[in-house]
Amino acid sequence: MEKIYDLGIDVGSTTVKTVILLDGEILYTKYERHFSKVRETVAEQLKLISDKYPAAVFRTAITGSAGLGIAQASGIEFVQEVYSAFVAVNKRYPKTDVVVELGGEDAKIIFLTGGVEQRMNGSCAGGTGAFIDQMAQLLGVTADTLDEMSLKSTRLYPIASRCGVFAKSDIQPLLNQGAKKEDIAASIFQAVVDQTVSGLAQGRRIEGNVLFLGGPLSFLKGLRRAFTQTLGLDEEHANFPELAPCFMAYGCALRANELSKPMSIDETLDKIVNAKTSDNIVTGRPLFRDREEYVEFTHRHKQSDLKYADIRTYEGDAYLGIDAGSTTTKLVLITPDGGLLYQHYCSSKGQPLDIIASKLEEIYTIANPKLRIKASAVTGYGEELIKSGLGIDYGIVETVAHYKAAEFFCPDVDFIIDIGGQDIKCFKIKNHAIDSIMLNEACSSGCGSFIQTFAQAMGYEIADFATLGLFAKAPVELGSRCTVFMNSSVKQAQKDGASVEDISAGLSSSIIKNAVYKVIRAKSIDELGTNIVVQGGTFLNDAVLRSFELELGRNVIRPAIAGLMGAFGCALFAKEKSKNTDGISGVLNLEQLKDFAYNSMQAQCKGCTAHCNLTIIRFSDGRRYVSGNRCERGAGIKLENKTENMFEYKLNKLYSYGERKPAGTPRARVGLPMTLSYYDMLPFFHTLFTELGFEVVLSDESTRDTYYKGQHTIPSDTVCYPAKLAHGHIIDLLEKGVDFIFYPCMSYNIDEGQADNHYNCPVVAYYPELLKANIPELNDANFISPYLDINYKRNTAHNLAKVLKPYGVTEKQIMLKLNAAYTEQVRYKKSNEQKALEIIREARSKGQRIIVLAGRPYHVDKEINHGIHKLITSLGFAVVTEDSVAALVDAPPIDVLNQWTYHARLYRAAEYVCRNKDMQLVQLVSFGCGIDAVTTDEVRAILEEKGKLYTQLKIDEITNLGAAKIRLRSLAAALEEKETNEERSRTAV
Amino acid sequence: MSDKLQKQYSDRVKRTTFTEEMKKDYTILVPDMLPIHFNLIIKAYAHFGYKMELLTNRERVVIDEGLKNTHNDACYPALLVIGQFMEALKSGRYDVNKTALLISQTGGGCRASNYIYLIRKAISTEFPQVPVISLNFSGLEPNPAFPMTIPIIMRLIYSVLYGDMLMLLYNQCKPYELEAGSTDKLLARWEHRVGKLMGEKSRFMQTKRIYRAMLRDFAALPRSKENKPRVGIVGEIYVKYSPLANNDLNSFLISEGCEPNVPGLLDFVLYCASDLINDAGLYDIKTMRTYAYMIGYDVLYKFQKEQIKVIEEQGVFFPPHDFEHLREAADKYMNQGVKMGEGWLITAEMAALAETGTENIICTQPFGCLPNHIVAKGMSRVIKQAYPNANIVAIDYDPGATKVNQENRIKLMLANARKPQ
Repeated sequence: MEKIYDLGIDVGSTTVKTVILLDGEILYTKYERHFSKVRETVAEQLKLISDKYPAAVFRTAITGSAGLGIAQASGIEFVQEVYSAFVAVNKRYPKTDVVVELGGEDAKIIFLTGGVEQRMNGSCAGGTGAFIDQMAQLLGVTADTLDEMSLKSTRLYPIASRCGVFAKSDIQPLLNQGAKKEDIAASIFQAVVDQTVSGLAQGRRIEGNVLFLGGPLSFLKGLRRAFTQTLGLDEEHANFPELAPCFMAYGCALRANELSKPMSIDETLDKIVNAKTSDNIVTGRPLFRDREEYVEFTHRHKQSDLKYADIRTYEGDAYLGIDAGSTTTKLVLITPDGGLLYQHYCSSKGQPLDIIASKLEEIYTIANPKLRIKASAVTGYGEELIKSGLGIDYGIVETVAHYKAAEFFCPDVDFIIDIGGQDIKCFKIKNHAIDSIMLNEACSSGCGSFIQTFAQAMGYEIADFATLGLFAKAPVELGSRCTVFMNSSVKQAQKDGASVEDISAGLSSSIIKNAVYKVIRAKSIDELGTNIVVQGGTFLNDAVLRSFELELGRNVIRPAIAGLMGAFGCALFAKEKSKNTDGISGVLNLEQLKDFAYNSMQAQCKGCTAHCNLTIIRFSDGRRYVSGNRCERGAGIKLENKTENMFEYKLNKLYSYGERKPAGTPRARVGLPMTLSYYDMLPFFHTLFTELGFEVVLSDESTRDTYYKGQHTIPSDTVCYPAKLAHGHIIDLLEKGVDFIFYPCMSYNIDEGQADNHYNCPVVAYYPELLKANIPELNDANFISPYLDINYKRNTAHNLAKVLKPYGVTEKQIMLKLNAAYTEQVRYKKSNEQKALEIIREARSKGQRIIVLAGRPYHVDKEINHGIHKLITSLGFAVVTEDSVAALVDAPPIDVLNQWTYHARLYRAAEYVCRNKDMQLVQLVSFGCGIDAVTTDEVRAILEEKGKLYTQLKIDEITNLGAAKIRLRSLAAALEEKETNEERSRTAV
Repeated sequence: MSDKLQKQYSDRVKRTTFTEEMKKDYTILVPDMLPIHFNLIIKAYAHFGYKMELLTNRERVVIDEGLKNTHNDACYPALLVIGQFMEALKSGRYDVNKTALLISQTGGGCRASNYIYLIRKAISTEFPQVPVISLNFSGLEPNPAFPMTIPIIMRLIYSVLYGDMLMLLYNQCKPYELEAGSTDKLLARWEHRVGKLMGEKSRFMQTKRIYRAMLRDFAALPRSKENKPRVGIVGEIYVKYSPLANNDLNSFLISEGCEPNVPGLLDFVLYCASDLINDAGLYDIKTMRTYAYMIGYDVLYKFQKEQIKVIEEQGVFFPPHDFEHLREAADKYMNQGVKMGEGWLITAEMAALAETGTENIICTQPFGCLPNHIVAKGMSRVIKQAYPNANIVAIDYDPGATKVNQENRIKLMLANARKPQ
């Protein structure tokens, strides 16, 4: 009888795997990258098989995330990929308890014992093979080298892995600060593990016999090590099968045996080659109607070019500008009238310090000896390091640099948009000063580098890839959200048969849509004004530029040096600043450069309990540079006469309640978790319990470890970070051995008046329910969580008495003690208000500006605010909080339903800021806070109506404050500029 | 509010009030949430002289308009509703000087209560003349030109009852129909009939007679006897029902060979009605409104009992869950004090579905939905503990999530559902 083989084809997001079985025995396996040419690669693989097994008969099935389209179009059986894994595991490793599979762009966990359950990463999850590739690229190495490096690591840094963009913003500053690549490599793998454990397992522990599958886990030793160590598995329980990369294809072949009809290999091949693609791609208009239009376009943009001057012959003053950006380093040297003497643009790949030093040397070597660098300035992520390392004269914030440069090309510029490697910055200009700044949030950044990554993934150079899109006939609509989502949109388009040209054009347009819809969010184009300047390396891509013009429906100005504008602006700034001086720049000269060397070391700051991770760089001439610190202490600077910081005051005040103990022997030890609503209501509950004779135990201050402690019990990975921390606090209290934890559910907060209602947000109100359902150690006895509305005293006493019965407390006793609790709550509030007034007075006496750092009560938690308040004070501001000033004014007229107590304070704080000339408001927003989607727009409207600047800082588990720093410094710079302008106009009158 | 001198709304957002005058010749646009129910409601309002129209625009431009005109972290339903309105106003299909918008409002502690404000903000610059009307039972934004009278309320309730019945029968027939399209035809016929009844004085109140006729007609449809997996759909109210929001999940499930089981809108109405009653129990605050709600709840619950009874009498179709039973089901996992968004109802529905043999459950939610962190994702662990065979998948919907990704996850769930045990 003729032999019938079983063929499994696994079409993943990056690879095609094929496995052939005969009577269940594996005869053949193959693993091949497809570079997004899915169908071609599958066909090639089948041809190989056809050569090897000519005219043989196969039962074939397809599996994999990219396989569905092909299967449907060709009529070959499809097997869901997790199901394939399931079949294969049952056959080969029936004793397995849990399967962890990391693929190119997806991550999955299958729990096999104790209730079969399958988990896949959501649409917002990184932590996969593609994530690792992306990170390797960021470090300028291959994934294999990354793996080797990781094995030599000595320490780990916290890196967010929820999405590649987050991780980048953690890694880049580490690189810029000179952290060791080996350590970063290991940290990347650890981040992937953390992501899998918290994001996917979500409350179920990964234990027993664990089978690890998928490409990354079979090729990367460092990743395997990180997994086994974190999960605490020994060799016997951690199984890395040799077959891992092709495991799904194996399961698929097993299924094919049951499902599929036998067919000759050529017939199968035929079906795949001739499969009709479905036509459900949405397409947009072409970028250019014809060549002429393109010619007109290029001609128009040629007009915004610079003059060039020859560095070899030029004599006289010159100005140096450096932009040490997140992914690229830019450097220009200009003449006083803006002639370009020298330019350099390259990828940062690790250490910008080395690149700039070598380019400086080059400048000195080729320049005319009579060229004199009169002044220099630097901007960007690497600003401080470069400034101190190379003796640059000025350091300025990016926004200012970009504005200076744009103004040079268009003195009446109204609107500037800069799309760089990782960020989008937009600013409106009013009266020759930056009026409002819009930056992308961490989740949608990575815009420019995204196209680049994609070009590389498809096997093109970025420039070629972009050009392809220019004349695409039917650009694909890819959506406009974050890059991770775009990724799957692109995959879908490819599956549906879109050409590379159409995808290239589609990517350009989606970057623009992302900017227009998500960052600028202009209601109408007229809001942007008439003169729009675009810049940043991404706009050198004509397809992106054209998409922007089409989206806006108007022409914009793109300087030919769009990618160098930051550096150019620095040079102009240096020129402006040194106008009235005769000196020369302090930048290192050729001799000094030749001796230039540095080494970096890691240390932990002992200045306070935050224990910032410091990177200390020592230069050859003995100077040193410290980074990673959040306040001046880490840098070894002592500040005299510091104005008190409201954030610190509040936190200390709250924890000081922990020291109060009841008189006599306590009835029992009650644990109060320092989380969410307790940051507001602690004085009330603490006083009540202490008065009732309980010993109150508070959970320890949050740290990163608090998060890790509770990580495995978090069921929803998109909930806000403050809520995620609650899990760790509960576990901390359990470890402290309290008799019970008290954490009430409160639909309603205290009614502070002047609002439509006084709700808590759903998460704050009901998080205890979630904790109880997801932390296995909790039960009705050790976790007491009544529903309370403390606006009603008698009812509160009644409900408390019901749950505290086991401890012999009566309603009457509670009634007696409640007054003390209410009084303490009021006293706490009043003392905050007093303190705020004191701080304001003191700041005014010193001429300091004041910032109302407005968020939620729990934002005083150090692990939540990451020390942003310290950053603000280090910029010379005094800090007060929203709740401490809200009561000073009435609620302003607003256009939303004002129904949450915490949020009502924001509106009143904004109103208060409007009434004080020396105040500004900075709003802290926790990532994932849905309610702030309502409040932020309203707070902004209140402030902007009165001519105030609005600054919003989004915070998450990311500890990197780079983006926050840019915003805050821009705010400071804008305020200064505004003041100078006002003075100028006053003196002019 | 004590301080009436203080202006409530700013001048930043222009508001136009819907007046008696406008009633004559304005078209009121209604967002696309529950096609069957809303079409009945529109017919009911026609009886009182309002001209309403259900929006059915579902093109990509709806999402783009939504993204452009709403905060992008606002929930997906808000974004879609606003996108649909903006697209309609800009399309030229309507005279913007003769158009008003209608949106429902619950007044709970969820973001959803703010939709109407977000809509006003979104249209304020371009279409300040367009009034936005609130449809609610909590006395928010009273408007004499759009009152909540007893006759109107009655018709709204009956629209919900018949809408639920038709949705239930459709879902239980469509997957098994032998003649393609026959269920849709029958549904259309009934929609027309009930719609006409809504225009009559009181015949629409003869629920028993009408239910029986419906049941008879649907039972008479030629259907196959196949055994198809039943898949429950629970979740945030808009995403759960709106084909625009959930990429037509209902049809997708049917095409995948499943029978969708979507709990009715009456559950949500009862849930809202029970809210004040639950609060009264928890916090001991009873007002006149509490008593009114208690009466309302009893009336509505009787309606549900009647519907269940009629379905059971016939014995062909699977009746909806008894609401009191849902409340008991909820009590096993959480307090009914969880009242924001869909609150405890989602947990209860998941548990009730698992209990009655619909073990495959899709929990739909807008990306980052706040209450759902607690009541949906947060409770699936304990529900699975109670029903180890429960096969629950949470699907997030948002403007960037692709259909493929969502369908892939659902398919994974279905693969598990069909797995030979």
